[in-house]
Amino acid sequence: MPPREGIYGLLAEFDTPGDLIRAARQARLDGWRRLDCYTPYPVEEAAEAIGFHRNKVPLLTLVGGLMGLAAMFLLEVWVSVLAYPLNIGGRPTYSWPAFIVPAYEWTILFAGLSAAFGMLALNGLPALYHPLFNAPNFRDGATTDKFFLCLEALDPKFELVEAKKYLESFQPVSVVEVEY
Amino acid sequence: MATSEVKDNPRIDPATGEYRVIAPGQTFRSVTEKITRIVLTPVTPLGWFALFGVGGALATMLLVALTWLFLVGTGIWGITQPVAWGFAIINFVWWIGIGHAGTLISAILLLFKQSWRNSINRFAEAMTIFAVVCAGMFPLIHVGRPWLAYWMLPYPSTMNVWPQFRSPLMWDVFAVSTYAIISIVFWYIGMVPDFGTMRDRAESNFAKFAYGLCSLGWRGSVRHWARYETASLLLAGLATPLVLSVHTVISFDFAVAVLPGWHTTIFPPYFVAGAIYSGFAMVLTLAIPLRKFYHLEALVTERHIDNMGKVMLATGFIVAYGYAMEVFMAWYSASHWEAFMMWNRMFGPMGWAYWVLVTCNLAIPLTTLWSRKLRTSIPFMFFISIVVNTGMWFERFVIVVTSLYRDFLPSSWGTYRATRWDYMTYVGTLGLFTALFLLFVRFLPMIPMSEIRTMLPGAKIMPKKVTEAGD
Repeated sequence: MPPREGIYGLLAEFDTPGDLIRAARQARLDGWRRLDCYTPYPVEEAAEAIGFHRNKVPLLTLVGGLMGLAAMFLLEVWVSVLAYPLNIGGRPTYSWPAFIVPAYEWTILFAGLSAAFGMLALNGLPALYHPLFNAPNFRDGATTDKFFLCLEALDPKFELVEAKKYLESFQPVSVVEVEY
Repeated sequence: MATSEVKDNPRIDPATGEYRVIAPGQTFRSVTEKITRIVLTPVTPLGWFALFGVGGALATMLLVALTWLFLVGTGIWGITQPVAWGFAIINFVWWIGIGHAGTLISAILLLFKQSWRNSINRFAEAMTIFAVVCAGMFPLIHVGRPWLAYWMLPYPSTMNVWPQFRSPLMWDVFAVSTYAIISIVFWYIGMVPDFGTMRDRAESNFAKFAYGLCSLGWRGSVRHWARYETASLLLAGLATPLVLSVHTVISFDFAVAVLPGWHTTIFPPYFVAGAIYSGFAMVLTLAIPLRKFYHLEALVTERHIDNMGKVMLATGFIVAYGYAMEVFMAWYSASHWEAFMMWNRMFGPMGWAYWVLVTCNLAIPLTTLWSRKLRTSIPFMFFISIVVNTGMWFERFVIVVTSLYRDFLPSSWGTYRATRWDYMTYVGTLGLFTALFLLFVRFLPMIPMSEIRTMLPGAKIMPKKVTEAGD
């Protein structure tokens, strides 16, 4: 991918989660769609404010769990009935109650791995680079005690001077341009 | 508690009379500073080196014991007929039980929205992983030829042999391996945002690089947080049935056998409760020196110690019920063998071990943990944690040895005496555990910063400030 140039977006810094949420909610109401908030801990209300209500992690987890269940149960049946049947006093080879425990464990294993890695994949992580880290105040605050709202340049409404003025109307601590 | 005491002590919430979960006066930045400084300082305290030296020396002893074991075989241990399980299985069950408290704290208490757990969550989870490392070693070295341990896995081999899926020992393979993997994933995912903080606060280039890689590029987008929270909750929901199943499956190793003293249906719940009991004792053993040494009294408060004491009291009583049921069933079953097993367990040649466990698991903790004064007394809780850990080790000793050494036919009776190699292996795993835990404390954030932040007053969403009149 050729390096992109120009402005990634405008980043407004706030001191409290409340200020961030009010600004994000207003921006969403005013028609902004390419925007994101950055917080040092999960702030559900901020996600709601920018219109992010549900995610696909539960679905991935369910699918993963069912796959684990099917994989282990079928493996056990295949091994015990077809590949390596053991005749012990004429007992049935398809002894499904004994197969429950490993199948149960693999349900949890696959579901858990799907939840963790599915979450990372949907988030686009791991990512070695992101333009936001170019902002001078981002690294000190976003993972410690500051709250950020970013209006991205890809939004059709984005016009540098206008957007900057718009963000400043929320009285943030600062508004900075973020370059690619 | 006297009213004046409540009023004067700022660490006690006057509204409830309970100790606060986090001492007053903490901000996002102060908490972050406090936790990252422990790791990012270039100065390692001398005490750390001293303890690491001890742990490392003991871990080296483990290495010696294992090397000799691999060269000579399990004959160097005290195991024999009829006691073929011995120290290896005692230690396996003991260690894995200790691990269970970490999962309980990180998963079950999260589902119950017990936010006080946030402070102790991370190192309890680390304790789980290191305990599982120590536990997993024992069955592997107990199989006699550990280099062939991979035969337990189902894979298409040239011998055309497949594992026996009807055996509880095989179930163990899947339960313990799943438990190890899920615990590590849960632990790591929990640390990702904190790695981001470490990356952004690190001074040296190497630390920035290393924590940067570990953080996977975390930048705290609320979209990411939303998925992250969902995944954490789901992992907690998955780890909860998992942790209950692990010790249940381990108890099946015993309960499925027809041996008196093992063949009981009380084993699964009694094993799980015992696991949590000993695990919380180990969390206390680790937390009390840690908060003192690293001055974390503001984050790991008397409230945590108190709550852990309450959990121990509850699980201790479940364990007591298990012991009582064993005695009752020995009589009620009218089985000659069961009755003899119980008599032999209490008054036979190894009866002393039974009374040690009754003293350590029931007599001392279950009488004293009722008192809040004692539950919030730090030296006393440290003492109790050691007592319970000892008692729970003896519980496993009693279950394994006193059931095996005198079973049905007196002609097949034997005895059991651990050798120095047994002791070296056991004490060696204690050293390995200590060394791993110290490395964790030195290089990883031991308290989850992002979770602590949600509990601080600054995280409260305030309505817009009222602008001054006339504005």
